[in-house]
Amino acid sequence: MDQHHTHNTGSRDLRMARSMCWHCQSEMSGEYFCERCVKVQPVSKETDYFTCFGLPRRLTIDLKKLEAKFYEMSRAFHPDFYQNKSETEQTISLGNAATLNTAYRTLRDPIQRAEYLLDLEAGSVKDIRTSPPSDLFEEILELQETVEAYRASDRTSETGRRLLTQLVAERQALDQRKQDMEHHLQQICTDWDALQDRGEATSQARTERDRLLKQMREILSNRTYVKNIVNDLAATIG
Amino acid sequence: MPRIVGIDLGTTNSLVAYMKDGKPCVIPGRTGRAMVPSVVALTDNGLIVGDSAKEHLTRSPERTVYSVKRFMGKGLADVQNELAYFPYSLTERGGVIRITLGEKSYSPPQISAMILKELKQRAEAHLGESITKTVITVPAYFNDSQRQATKDAGLIAGLEVLRIINEPTAASLAYGLQNKTQGTIAVYDFGGGTFDISILKLKNGIFEVLATNGDTHLGGDDLDRRIADLFLDEIRTAAHLDLSTYPDYMQAVRLEAERAKVRLSDELKTQIAIELPDGKGRYTRELTRDQLESMVMDIIERTLIPCRLALKDAELMPAQIDEVVLVGGSTRMPLVRQRVQELFDKQPHCDINPDEVVALGAAVQADILSGGTTDMLLLDVTPLSLGIETMGGVMSSLIRRNTTIPASAKELFTTYVDGQTGVDIHILQGERELVKDNRSLARFRLKVPPLPAGVPRIEVTFLLDANGILNVTASDMRTGQRQSIDVKPSYGLSDNEVEQMIEDSFKFAQEDVAARKLIEARLDAEALIVTTEKSLSEGARLVAQDMLAAIREALTALTAAKGGTDPKAIRARMADLEQTAKPLSVTLLDDSLKRSLQGKKVTDIT
Repeated sequence: MDQHHTHNTGSRDLRMARSMCWHCQSEMSGEYFCERCVKVQPVSKETDYFTCFGLPRRLTIDLKKLEAKFYEMSRAFHPDFYQNKSETEQTISLGNAATLNTAYRTLRDPIQRAEYLLDLEAGSVKDIRTSPPSDLFEEILELQETVEAYRASDRTSETGRRLLTQLVAERQALDQRKQDMEHHLQQICTDWDALQDRGEATSQARTERDRLLKQMREILSNRTYVKNIVNDLAATIG
Repeated sequence: MPRIVGIDLGTTNSLVAYMKDGKPCVIPGRTGRAMVPSVVALTDNGLIVGDSAKEHLTRSPERTVYSVKRFMGKGLADVQNELAYFPYSLTERGGVIRITLGEKSYSPPQISAMILKELKQRAEAHLGESITKTVITVPAYFNDSQRQATKDAGLIAGLEVLRIINEPTAASLAYGLQNKTQGTIAVYDFGGGTFDISILKLKNGIFEVLATNGDTHLGGDDLDRRIADLFLDEIRTAAHLDLSTYPDYMQAVRLEAERAKVRLSDELKTQIAIELPDGKGRYTRELTRDQLESMVMDIIERTLIPCRLALKDAELMPAQIDEVVLVGGSTRMPLVRQRVQELFDKQPHCDINPDEVVALGAAVQADILSGGTTDMLLLDVTPLSLGIETMGGVMSSLIRRNTTIPASAKELFTTYVDGQTGVDIHILQGERELVKDNRSLARFRLKVPPLPAGVPRIEVTFLLDANGILNVTASDMRTGQRQSIDVKPSYGLSDNEVEQMIEDSFKFAQEDVAARKLIEARLDAEALIVTTEKSLSEGARLVAQDMLAAIREALTALTAAKGGTDPKAIRARMADLEQTAKPLSVTLLDDSLKRSLQGKKVTDIT
């Protein structure tokens, strides 16, 4: 799956030995509970969110199944059920529940899920765009001028109202563009899953993999850019 | 596992409940009422709590504390614009409000602890065992400082607070247990001082909160003020009298406003009568439900804004809500019910008493923690985003609002200057962009080994536990060494202060017990005097003159003892009086029995 796994994102990488049960020191074979003494084990920091839910690293996820698994694991880890246990077990349960919640929140949302996968596969910190994507350059520039004019205008005047109508239309157009991007992303995600399912280790597959990740990164950063513009716009025109 | 009780520590009233044979039930006090007014009064005999303290609201307003929940986890500046409404004096020390009662000043957690102690004693008397563990409810929109203050109150009262749970979600537990509800529900919780809305998904025993919103300064108190302000204005115009210089009359007006509001939930109009000082007679007027509604409409509308925001965060349309549940005394108002029904387009539920449902839910959560209930699990969220201050006074968000708790976030810190040995970190809570518009929670200084700039790598973990309370830990990524952090709360008691207060509370516990015994003896004596006088007036003609004289003598003796400070003497005189008056009560009982039997045949009786 991750042939050249090169990510280096700091915190998640802190390696922790976790081959032995912290309590009875027996070899760990169970997933989250020691098979011998049944004590809860901390979720390793190496475990990615997909593995955490026992899922393959794919971008199409059955949300109903994910939820069911999340509920099942919440019942296993939630601090409510560790009130009568030792302090160590309470600490582990708290940490595991927090990790589980983050994992669920990340995988539940298709955008966050793709960002997370990109992070795992290509080791990218989120690409934060400060200038508009090339195909949007003209449009954004024009929009900024309209926003400035609107801000300076008397909102009740003819000009003010005209600019507002213009901005509302512009927001709709950008919203549409954002949706198109999300649609495109979905397509790439499907391609990604298909590629992974084939499981080829050829150089062709490797090139295809890198191409898909690059596209994913581009769409995600453009989408974030457009989303921020839409949010700012919404704040301006209310 | 010792028993865990559930406590609803309310703005106006507080209750304690426990799980009995798989069903939650509230614990009544000596008078049979389950609600303890959240009022603490300093009397000549010491501090009293609840119903008897409530009587002091008009008698000694400057020494009677009510609505203390509004001050939990707050600084004086936070409540500046409502100081005029409170007759007792407020100051601030170390970012914490202090309430002056007589010669001493108390923090809000200490006052709350007195209410908690009352509930604790009540539970102990009812259950016949010592109670040391509890679940306490708070408004869902309470921030970290307010939650911490509630936990401190528990500690000071000698209670280990195993869990702080949100009021609307507690209510959902009580409803879920009763109805085995599934689907999406909205809990609209409009209490005495706070408003909350929580949207939950109920599925196979899991109660997952999708979003929560609210206003911790919006409640029945605000409705009362609106009505009271109308009365005060009219009194000022009609009687040329400014009542604001009469704290006792101000309280009388406030209480009359509250009573009128309550009556107008059942009636269409009501009569108001308030005695005025300085021989100015009485203020009277009629108040109709329509008038009340037009006066408070904007306050009710304000509750709908958080509802819409919560729906938006949950990504739901009102029509997607399957059930709406009403919680809190203020939801008794017909206008509130109407507006909620209009917003969600469905009839809201209120089949569990809205005053008790939160305490009942707390008892359910207590039972989950003690291992009794195993099929239910509550997954709650943090109501506010948590972040840290970054360059330029901007807040950088680490944990977003409506994130399921427990939740954690890690942040890596390094240095900008060679040999720098510390990094100052400022923790905030809120939704605004700028630091100054958010709530400051705490500050701490991260210790860093002196190294060239950028070399140290300290990882700080911000963990919101299942109570929604923040825990901070740090570790040096280079050495793997963990660092203890001394967090200084911006609006809260320090650990040392809490410990001092716990100590004080134990030290004074002995005195408290003595004072309490005296107060109880006096109350009981008072009740006995009233019933004996009633018997005397009813039965004087049925017993001999010398017996009447003896009873009157015993009455006088008890009245004198009641004025003293020895509870034993009071109890002794009570026993005397009961003994002396026994023939009178027996005669009265016979007499009433005889009367009720008159005109009946013997066969009817047997």
